Amino acid sequence: MHKQSRRLLRGIGIVCALALGATACGGSDDGGAAPKAVSESDVEAALEKGGTVTVWAWEPTLEQVAADFEKEHPGVEVNLVNAGTGNEQYKALQNAISAKKGVPDVAQVEYYAMGQYALTEGLTDLSGFGADKLAGQYSPGPWNGVKAGGEGIYGLPMDSGPMALFYNKKVFDKHGIDVPTTWDEYVDAARALRKADPKAYITNDAGDAGFTTSMLWQAGSRPYEVNGTGVKIGFGDKGAKDFTGTWQKLLDEKLVAPVTSWSDEWYKGLGDGTIATLAIGAWMPANLASGVKEAAGDWRVAPLPQWTAGADAGAENGGSALTLPELGKNEALAYAFAEYANAGDGVETRVKGGAFPATTAQLDSEEFQNTEFPYFGGQQANKVFAESAANVADDWAYLPYQVYANSIFNDTVGKAYVSGTTLADGLKAWQDASVQYGNEQGFTVEK
Amino acid sequence: MTSTVSPASASRTGSASDASGSVPRLRTRQRGSTPGRPRRSVLLTVLTGLVLLYSLVPLVWLVISATKTQEGLSRSFGLWFDGDFALWDNIVDTFTYNEGVFTRWLLNTVLYVGLGAGGATLLAVLGGYALAKFEFPGRRAVFAVVIGAVAVPGTALAVPTFLMFSTMGLTNTPWAVIIPSLISPFGLYLMWVFASEAVPNELLEAARIDGAGELRTFFLVVLPLLAPGIVTVSLFTMVATWNNYFLPLIMLKDPDWYPLTLGLHSWNDQAATAGGQPVFHLVITGSLITIVPLIAAFLLLQKYWQSGLSAGSVKE
Repeated sequence: MHKQSRRLLRGIGIVCALALGATACGGSDDGGAAPKAVSESDVEAALEKGGTVTVWAWEPTLEQVAADFEKEHPGVEVNLVNAGTGNEQYKALQNAISAKKGVPDVAQVEYYAMGQYALTEGLTDLSGFGADKLAGQYSPGPWNGVKAGGEGIYGLPMDSGPMALFYNKKVFDKHGIDVPTTWDEYVDAARALRKADPKAYITNDAGDAGFTTSMLWQAGSRPYEVNGTGVKIGFGDKGAKDFTGTWQKLLDEKLVAPVTSWSDEWYKGLGDGTIATLAIGAWMPANLASGVKEAAGDWRVAPLPQWTAGADAGAENGGSALTLPELGKNEALAYAFAEYANAGDGVETRVKGGAFPATTAQLDSEEFQNTEFPYFGGQQANKVFAESAANVADDWAYLPYQVYANSIFNDTVGKAYVSGTTLADGLKAWQDASVQYGNEQGFTVEK
Repeated sequence: MTSTVSPASASRTGSASDASGSVPRLRTRQRGSTPGRPRRSVLLTVLTGLVLLYSLVPLVWLVISATKTQEGLSRSFGLWFDGDFALWDNIVDTFTYNEGVFTRWLLNTVLYVGLGAGGATLLAVLGGYALAKFEFPGRRAVFAVVIGAVAVPGTALAVPTFLMFSTMGLTNTPWAVIIPSLISPFGLYLMWVFASEAVPNELLEAARIDGAGELRTFFLVVLPLLAPGIVTVSLFTMVATWNNYFLPLIMLKDPDWYPLTLGLHSWNDQAATAGGQPVFHLVITGSLITIVPLIAAFLLLQKYWQSGLSAGSVKE
């Protein structure tokens, strides 16, 4: 199954490359079209007129938002479709785009995948819709995400995942271990925990592209540089060396549990204390509360450990935006929904539903920051998250084919988790494979 | 699976001939063995036991896990029961979760299996009989195409089929799942082989001489003879359609048209979604409910199934 879907993905990638070639030719004829423009009055007229807007999204809190939106605009019907989480939905979207039929009006796309769609002209640039005026409303990480390394704005940020360290306080207290503030202390804590309880691990990591890129982001590494179709990939900078050096220690001494995130084993480990910390995005509390009920009250949140003592570098992990695929219909109405959900009243609704916002208005509000989480023993965890969100460096870029690159992560870097290959060699192999693929797809990729 | 079984069956034929060869001398000492029934082989018993265990353990796990709550799943050992026995609650929850969407998926699956597998069987029977008993130009070519089609996995055709159906406006409708399921090259081939063995030409000639038309001959003379083959093919196509995952995954986006496979998968995915609620206990109970009809079909029809499988394998 896995192999087949990978092959399928490659096939789709080729279709994309063809489409890219075609549109690039088309573009040069009319000398670069200006981005489409839809004015506020267009949007209002569309809302007045009514109609159906089809939204592909897996974000659970959107259900309430869609219902509220329909109530507010009686003529409008929101057709909310869960077309699969992440990759599965992207495949469906690619299929629909290549068939030029059945493309949704609004689609949820994760920040790491934005570049892929923005560059292959699959997404509408929303600058002309008034999205450019919203720049100040979002925290730096997600805004950097929707710009996808280009000039346009390819979506409205829905949620964000500023990283924090979730830790099982009960386990730390039991063994008298201090909560680490630097990654060196983290390694020491991992050793101490392992010594105290041979069954317990500081965290789990079975090789995860999203986690690794987020860690590189925080460490100051910038492995990807994107300039149109010119791409540079390199894992040789200091940040990458810091990360591989530290993480290699954890792998060599078998201090991380070889458990895949989101598996039932993972939930089990989070519940029984054998996975003691998670460095993960701020959207995690909702998952802990619904999936790890047995450990309610045990967990706390701390700022992400740092690479240099006293620093406050942050990074984004996950998060997604609502985008308007170019082949979708009824743009004005689609934009109206995206704006309502991600810049309007929908944001409050979604925060109440457990989502983590990307908007500074919510992040900075007292009500938000003072929220006490019963799951974290009453801790005001949002304070930690909001601070982390503000400290995210906004010059990170993903590849314009990051979805593919992440799909080969396990074939390359993944080897470091199961064999004698080092993490640095794994990253090197990932770099080589990504360079080769990019060149095959018509990009000019340098190392 | 097949490779595990074949050495075992090879050793069986070996030991059977050994036993029958030495029966006269050993008769007095080997009280337990009767003529014609081969001596028990320890190796074979162990191997069969292993295969049996290999097939049963996942089932046992499924049944046991279906009795646990979501919390119970993570706190207890996989192959034994947890303190709370929650099977009935789980079944009720499975049918009521998300406004009872599970029932909808179940009915969808029944629809896809009824029309898809039923239609595939019908076409295979008609085609197989025609190819076996009627001479017409191009029969060899059809044979080549069918054999070729057996070799092409359905997965490889899924994306091209999607693009084709999309231009016809059929994606995201039940037809997108039913129409491709109607074609079963393997079923056609099986029916072809079965019909040429099971229906004697003399019988057809007799029917024709008595004045029966082709349709009458087919329904009254041929169909009863083909019954075991039909059951075999319908079981094959039924299992294939019931378990179909990749095709609906590509074709359908509307959860209201999901079959069980996709629906359970979407529940399973909730655990990997930010803000989603893990419902592993419902996924497991749902899977158990999903396989019950298939197990029932196998048990009820196994008599036909076995005779259908071996038919045509021996030339008399």
